[in-house]
Amino acid sequence: MSDYTVLLVDDEEDFTQALGERLELRDYGVRVAASGEECLERLESELPDVVVLDLRMPGLSGIEVLKRIKSEYPDLPVLLLTGYGSTEEGIKGMQLGAVEYLMKPLNIDELISKIHQAVGG
Amino acid sequence: MTLYDRFPLLLERFFERLFFLPQGFLSADRYVRLRRTMVVLMFLVTMVPLTIMLLINYHQYRKTLEQETVSQLTILENKTKHSFELFLRERLSAVKYIAHAYSTQELKDTSKFREIFFTMQETFSGFVDIGVIDPDGIQVSYVGPYNLEGKDYSETDPYREVRIKGSYISDVFMGYRGFPHLVIAVEKRMRAGRDMVLRASINIGTFNDIIASLGLGPEEDAFLLNTKGVLQTSSKFYGQVLDDFPIQLRSKAFQPTIMETTDPQGRDVLLSYVHFPKLEFVLVFVKLRSKIFHSWYALKGQMIVVFLVGLLVIAFIIFQLTGLMVRRIKQADEKREAAIQELEHSQKLSSIGQMAAGVAHEINNPLAIINEKTGLMLDLLQGKPDMAKREKFQELCKAILRSVERARGITYRLLGFARRLETHYEDLDVNEIIKDVLGFLEREAKDRNVAIRLELDPELEKISSDQGQLEQIFLNLLNNSLEAVKDGGEILIRSWKKKDGRTAISLADNGSGMGKEVMKHIFEPFYSTKKGKGTGLGLSITYGIVKNLGGDITVESQVGRGTTFTVSLPKKVMAEEGENDV
Repeated sequence: MSDYTVLLVDDEEDFTQALGERLELRDYGVRVAASGEECLERLESELPDVVVLDLRMPGLSGIEVLKRIKSEYPDLPVLLLTGYGSTEEGIKGMQLGAVEYLMKPLNIDELISKIHQAVGG
Repeated sequence: MTLYDRFPLLLERFFERLFFLPQGFLSADRYVRLRRTMVVLMFLVTMVPLTIMLLINYHQYRKTLEQETVSQLTILENKTKHSFELFLRERLSAVKYIAHAYSTQELKDTSKFREIFFTMQETFSGFVDIGVIDPDGIQVSYVGPYNLEGKDYSETDPYREVRIKGSYISDVFMGYRGFPHLVIAVEKRMRAGRDMVLRASINIGTFNDIIASLGLGPEEDAFLLNTKGVLQTSSKFYGQVLDDFPIQLRSKAFQPTIMETTDPQGRDVLLSYVHFPKLEFVLVFVKLRSKIFHSWYALKGQMIVVFLVGLLVIAFIIFQLTGLMVRRIKQADEKREAAIQELEHSQKLSSIGQMAAGVAHEINNPLAIINEKTGLMLDLLQGKPDMAKREKFQELCKAILRSVERARGITYRLLGFARRLETHYEDLDVNEIIKDVLGFLEREAKDRNVAIRLELDPELEKISSDQGQLEQIFLNLLNNSLEAVKDGGEILIRSWKKKDGRTAISLADNGSGMGKEVMKHIFEPFYSTKKGKGTGLGLSITYGIVKNLGGDITVESQVGRGTTFTVSLPKKVMAEEGENDV
């Protein structure tokens, strides 16, 4: 189907592990980071096609990570995820350059369509 | 602190106690008591001085009037007494003069005696006759209309008295002459020792003349009594000459003395009497009290009328005023109470909202994990077409995913309650939105034979609001109404422009309605009357959205009659209102 690489950033490893495997089953390259710091580290060694970033994390917050990504890799598309239904944070993220903002729990088909939109557009 | 300093505080406390029941009493009692106390106090404050004034006036006037009457009476009495005295002393002097100026010989000479008598009669009115009585008591000489010469007077009072006192004025009596008269007798001393007595009788018509000249009114009477209480002149009230005067006078008094008494006819009378010095007469004046106090009674009547009118006016004003004041106080109290309740309500909603958001957030993460793990399982099953019981596992996974979906719906709604979704304002036709929403539920209504009637104002202005949120509001409310009515029921949807410029939409159902207790909680999250069904979030979310759009939602309901929800929306949302979160 596709050979896009996706970097999943979330502190919930159960979540990233399961989602990662599902994406792999659908032929996506999956990298996982358990925190904002790890995400930025990984980006230094390898740039994915899209970052799926949880807004709520201990340590560096999603918004902070987004800012850094946008300053260092302005062309890297970022999809935001949150279990928190905050419109403000979603809108803020999109103002900061995120492509889209999705709510947990996710619908995998919706995520994939957004990934394609983000990378293609 | 001195007592003087503390006085205002103590006074305030006193009034506080007096007017207000301690907190915790039924409020109705409080206001009844407050009003009662105010009425009583105001009444006392106004009526006590008025009453005291009335009583003082009443007694003062009465006293003044009485004093005036008494002094008038006293003056008149003294004057009249003098008239009587003068009259009698003049007559006595005249008789004495004749007794001393003429010799016995001259007095016994009939023609001379007649001449003397006529002169006397001309000079002094009232003399009827005159006679000379010898030491044996036989009238030896007489001039007058009766034939009394030779009559024996030795056993009569005048004769005996004059022998002792030298001169004598008798009481009024009938005597031989057959009409009331009195007798003046004077002793004429003779050198030989055989003293003669000169006696003259006087018609008491003159007395009546004196009394008539007083010009007494119909309620007044004046008359002469002797010391034995026998009338010496006719009385208007108490009989003719020589009748007994029915009232016992008090002590002998040579100055006019006032007696207040009741006469045998039962009339209250003011009686003034005076004794004559050296004479056995008493002059009596009688005034009926009703006459004296006539003007006082009139005044009393007027005062009572004024007092009663004043009383009525004061009572009316007090009742009106206290009623108004207590009503105002009650209204103010009720307003305050309502404001406090409103505040408590919104605080409650706000804290529940915060909690709901927290719960939603915490649940969404594990939900996401379940979702992904189950999704993964399904994915894996997909790749193993020959696995035993594969379809069973697939079915189980799908069931888990459906439950996750359901849970997600709940958390989204919770979050929707806690945090409004972004509001996108545009000019909207509320009637159109209602019709759109109706489209979603038309089928259910038809199936259940529920009639939905529309009374939409075609002139309704467009309002600036969020289409999605408005749809949500009406969908929720309509759903609610549909659940409330029985099959075959009716729902009436109306829209109109309110006087304050807002747009109002009401949904009325003829369902089972609800009680006050339910109505109080209807907009609270998780409050549901549909046991087991529904999340209890529908109306609280609706409430939140309406508030978010700067609107208002109210509910009216009667058990058994149905429920009406009314939403009112502003033409345009103020900037701050749009940002408001619950």
